[in-house]
Amino acid sequence: MTESLFFIFATMAIVSALTVVVTRNPIYSAVSLVITLFSLAGIFLLLEAYFLAVVQIIIYAGAIMVLFLFVIMLLNPGKEAKFLSLTDPRTLIVTLLSIAFIGMIFSLVSGSVNYIGEVMGSVEELGTTRNIGLTLFTKYLLPFEIASLLLLVALVGAVLMTKRNLR
Amino acid sequence: MLTDIAIIITKIMIVIGGTFTAVAYLILAERKVAGFVQERYGPNRVGIWGLLQPIADGVKTMLKEDITPAKANRIIYHLAPAMVLAPALVTFAVVPFGSGIDAFGRHIAFQIADINIGILFIFAITSIGVYGVVLGGWSSNNKYSLLGGVRSSAQMISYELALGLSVVGILLLTGSLRLNDIVEAQIGMWNVFRQPVAFMIFLVAVFAETNRLPFDLAESEQELIAGYHIEYSGFKYSMFMLGEYSNIITASALIVTLFFGGWTVPFIDVTKLGHLGAFLSVVSFAVKTGFFLFLYLWVRWTLPRFRYDQLMHLGWKILLPLALLNLLFTAAWITYV
Repeated sequence: MTESLFFIFATMAIVSALTVVVTRNPIYSAVSLVITLFSLAGIFLLLEAYFLAVVQIIIYAGAIMVLFLFVIMLLNPGKEAKFLSLTDPRTLIVTLLSIAFIGMIFSLVSGSVNYIGEVMGSVEELGTTRNIGLTLFTKYLLPFEIASLLLLVALVGAVLMTKRNLR
Repeated sequence: MLTDIAIIITKIMIVIGGTFTAVAYLILAERKVAGFVQERYGPNRVGIWGLLQPIADGVKTMLKEDITPAKANRIIYHLAPAMVLAPALVTFAVVPFGSGIDAFGRHIAFQIADINIGILFIFAITSIGVYGVVLGGWSSNNKYSLLGGVRSSAQMISYELALGLSVVGILLLTGSLRLNDIVEAQIGMWNVFRQPVAFMIFLVAVFAETNRLPFDLAESEQELIAGYHIEYSGFKYSMFMLGEYSNIITASALIVTLFFGGWTVPFIDVTKLGHLGAFLSVVSFAVKTGFFLFLYLWVRWTLPRFRYDQLMHLGWKILLPLALLNLLFTAAWITYV
């Protein structure tokens, strides 16, 4: 049951992630990204990380992607060009990133590198809201505070940029 | 095993059937209340007091022509009504609507899914409910409907913050995200008396989230004609309406669960009364929810619509700081008193 659900969610995630990149209509890209995020939330659920799954939907699918859609609809950018030209500097960046990504996948599949690290405690207890809260506010308090400070700076920056006449 | 599956399916059917029936009669009630407020009768031709009007309306919308605009984006245009309706129906799955009974040798809770992140689940589902409105508005390829969709996306995000923050105070008091724990913690003292400010914020925000007057800027007939569903006709239109009214029912049920003791009955411990207690708890839940449904209709026909800048001002500069202050105060209260 769990295994077949995993394959359903994984296939959905990969297919919709590919659609995000391949399709030329920005709205389709955005909607496919929402589907990707949902499939990932499903996989989190199968790992019994309920809090993570729900937060993924609330923040990414529910807020960030709505803003993406908002911007796309306001700007109405139209369809993208089919190919990047070879002289475009973006071509180089995309090629390098793709090679790095394929290398990562290979090293993961061959098992030469372990990106995940040791899992502490039982899986069932890790994902509960209580445990995530406790870990965030004890063991990882400093990174957590730094991240929130960073977010605050970004917020203030965003507000500042919208102020047109700041002397 | 089979009994369990049968029980779950029965519960789902009861909840969905109940919601649809409630939607049908909520629409009738809306027209009746509108008539009452405007000193006229409202629908009274079909059946006694117009009681069969919902059936007539349903048949009518199914028989109407289903129009797709020539320049519409077909896939998304057809999907959008479902994207509104599905989240609206799913949300009710975690709301406990009664105390539960002991039958077939087990305890049957009156709730489809008792998950330990119930309240977060509700926020997750309501936060994606906006997609149907936004995409429906965009895919119709109509300037008015696009404006409706854009407005709705900004409005939902703005009010979700205040909505979420207002509930955190209750979570601090209860110490649990399970809706049943929140209900049981209110035996003897409703949360509305412990968290009056949070209740006011939640009430206002939930009106905005369900796109109802005085916050129905996504539709606003006078400026946008009908906003995001302007091009929809026939059954797709009624799916939008079903979604909107289901959302109202879920929102009312949520207000009751979070602030008015859910299925508990004041001064009576229903969990000790067996089947009678279970019946009383469902009645109590229905009566309280019914009151908030009436409040929705009452407000709609009494208050004028906000202007867009007023809406944003209220959401970001009044409700959000107020919710933060309330949270701060509650946290300090719990820590130091």
